[in-house]
Amino acid sequence: MASGSGVSAETNGTPLLRLRGISKAFGPVQALTDVDVDIRAGEVTALVGDNGAGKSVLVKTIAGIHSADRGEIQWEGRPVRIRSPRGAAALGIETVYQDLALCNNLDIVENMFLGRERTRGFVLDEEQMEEAAQETLSSLAVTTVRSIRQPVASLSGGQRQSVAIAKSVLWNAKLVIMDEPTAALGVAQTRMVLDLVRRLADMGHAALIISHNMNDVFEVADRMAVLYLGRMVAVRPAAEMDRQIAVDLMTTGASSRQSPAARKGEGG
Amino acid sequence: MSTVDEPVEPDELSEEAARKAELAVPAELVAGSATEYLRSSIARIKAGEAGVLPVVAGLIVVSILFQSLNSHFLTAQNLVNLLIQAAVFALLGMGEVFVLLLGEIDLSIGYVAGMGGVIMADAAGPAHGWPWYVAIGLALLGCAGIGLVQGLIITQIGLPSFVVTLAGLLFWEGVLLKILGNGGTIPINDTVINDIASNNLSNTWSWVVMLVIVGAFAVLAWRRDDKRRKAGLVAPPPTITLLKIALALACGVGLVLLCTVNRGLLEPISGVPWVVLLVLAVLAVWSFLLGRTQIGRYIYAIGGSAEAARRAGIHVQGIRTLAFTLTGLTAGIAGIVYASRLRSISTTVDGGTLVLYAVAAAVIGGTSLMGGRGKALHGVLGGIVIAAIYNGMGLMGYGAAAQFMVTALVLLAAVTIDATSHRGRSAGT
Repeated sequence: MASGSGVSAETNGTPLLRLRGISKAFGPVQALTDVDVDIRAGEVTALVGDNGAGKSVLVKTIAGIHSADRGEIQWEGRPVRIRSPRGAAALGIETVYQDLALCNNLDIVENMFLGRERTRGFVLDEEQMEEAAQETLSSLAVTTVRSIRQPVASLSGGQRQSVAIAKSVLWNAKLVIMDEPTAALGVAQTRMVLDLVRRLADMGHAALIISHNMNDVFEVADRMAVLYLGRMVAVRPAAEMDRQIAVDLMTTGASSRQSPAARKGEGG
Repeated sequence: MSTVDEPVEPDELSEEAARKAELAVPAELVAGSATEYLRSSIARIKAGEAGVLPVVAGLIVVSILFQSLNSHFLTAQNLVNLLIQAAVFALLGMGEVFVLLLGEIDLSIGYVAGMGGVIMADAAGPAHGWPWYVAIGLALLGCAGIGLVQGLIITQIGLPSFVVTLAGLLFWEGVLLKILGNGGTIPINDTVINDIASNNLSNTWSWVVMLVIVGAFAVLAWRRDDKRRKAGLVAPPPTITLLKIALALACGVGLVLLCTVNRGLLEPISGVPWVVLLVLAVLAVWSFLLGRTQIGRYIYAIGGSAEAARRAGIHVQGIRTLAFTLTGLTAGIAGIVYASRLRSISTTVDGGTLVLYAVAAAVIGGTSLMGGRGKALHGVLGGIVIAAIYNGMGLMGYGAAAQFMVTALVLLAAVTIDATSHRGRSAGT
C-alpha cells in the first residue's frame, strides 16, 4: 500500500513540522537528546523504537503535553512554542491516543463533535453536525458503519479507531498523530485502519504513527524515524529500509547492512 | 410487483449477519419502511435493548394485579388520585436522573425537598407573609443552592457523592427539625400554593390545553423528521412519525377523558389537575435540556467517559456541579408539591424513604446506575409505577411495612435488569 511518493518528497518544500535539537529530561533521566526530524504533509511517518526509546515523550512534546527543555519546533516554517494540547489543536495537530477517548454511550456524530458542538442559539444543530460528520466519513471512505447515529459501543475496534481518526480530520488536523493505531486489532480490522492512514496521507494530511508492529510499519509508512535511547538514529524513506535494518537500528542504534535500494543498485 | 425478473434467491448468510448487526442500532436509524422498523424494534427488544418497554409492561402487570384484587383500582377517581400521588415521586425521580447520568448518586434529595417545603411555607406563612411567587422562588433558590454547595464539595474536594449526600441527608433533616421544632408544623394558607396540588383545570380548558400541547408536539415532530428525511439524514419513516403523533393524541385524549369524570363525593370535582401539567412542564424542560443542548450532551458524555469528556475540552467539574444543582432544584419543585398537597409542612417528612423512592423511580423507569444512560421521562414513568404500588397496596389495606418491602423488591428487580443488560452490552463489544 505504501507508495513511493516518500522518496520524491525528500527534498521538495518546507516540512510541515520540523524539530531541531529537541532535548527533554525528567530529573536525572535524559528522555530525548538532540532530536532532529521533519514531518511532511502527504506522508506517513512511522516513529519506531524499543520500549523506553522516547517515542511517547517525543509525541507528547509535539502534542503539547510536555514542553522541550531545549531545541526548536518549526510549524510550516515558522518557529512555534506548543504549550498545551489546546495550543497544538489550534495549530492543526490532533492526537489519537491508544484508548481513543470516545464515549461509548454517545453515537458517532456526537463523539466526533464532542466539546465543539455546533449550535443555533441554545439548541444543538444536529442536522448540520450529522451532514458534516457524514461528509468527513465518506471522504475517508469509512463506509462499514451501518449508521452514523449508532452508539460507539456497538462498533468494532477498527471502526472505533476510524471514528477517532475521522474526528481529527473533521477538526482540520494537518498533522494526525496516532499511538499504536492497530494494537489489539484483528487482521481485517488492521487492514481497514492502515488503508485509512494511507488515505489520510493521500488527502494531504501528515500522519505520524507509533507502532511496534513492523508489518504495519512497512506496509503503510513512507518514511521511518528510529529512536534509540532518546536519540534519533535514522530518518529515512521506508524504501531504503528493510526489517533487519530497522531491528538493528532499534536495538543497537546502528546498522552495517546495506539498504535494499543499494543492494538493488549493485545488481545483487 | 414487477413481472420482469425471476425472484432472486436471498443470500441467507448475509441476511443473518445483517440482522445481527441491526440489533445494536436504534430502530429508527436503519429502517426504510414501517414494517422494517417494527421488525428491527422487535429484534432489539429480544436482544435486551428495550428502552421504556419493561416499565410500561410492569405498569400493565401491576394494574392487572391490583384490579383483580380490588375493582376500585382502575376507576377514574383512583387513577387521577394515583397521578397526583405520583407527582412527587416523578419529580424526585427526574431530579435523581441528572446525577445518575453522571454515575453519581444524591441521597439527600428527600430532605432537600423537605427544605423546599419549609422555606416556602415559612416565607408565605404568618412569620413573613410574602406573596406566593416570592415564597416559591425562595424555595427553588434555596434548594438549588443546597445542590450547588453539595456539588462543590463533591467536585472541589473530590469526595464521593455517596458520602457527601449521605451527610446531606442527615444535615438537612437536622436543619428541618431545628426550624420546625420538635413535632412542629407550619400550615400553608396561601390559596395559590395550595391549588398547585389540589386544583384542576375546568373540563373545557382541559380539552383545550391538551389539544394545544399535542398539536404543538405534532407540528414539531413532523417538521423535524420531515426536514431530516428531505436532507437525507437518519430519520424514521413518515408512518412512524404519524404513529408517534397518533400515540401522543391517544394518550392525551385518554388522560383528559379520565380526568373529566366527576370524582368528587360531596361536590363535583373534575378536570386535569394542575400538578399533572406541572410534571409535564418539568419533563418537557428537562428533556429539552438533556436532549437538545450542550449541557445535556456533556452530562451524557461525562457519564459515558469522564476522561474522554475532559480531553474533549469539557469543563467536567463545572458540569458535574451543575448537575447536582439541577438535582437540588428539581427536589425543590417536588418539595413545593409535597407541601402543597398536605397544605402544611411538618417533621413527618420522611426524606429517607423519599430518596429511595426517587432512586427507585429513576431506575425502574430505565435509567442506569452505571451512568451515561437515562432520560427525564424515566423518572416520570418510574414515579407512576411507585405510586401505583403505593396506591394499590393502600387500597388493599396493607400498611407501610408491606409497601416498603414490595417497593424494595421492585427496585431490586429494576437494578437487576439494568445490571444484566449492561453486562450484555459490554460483552457484545
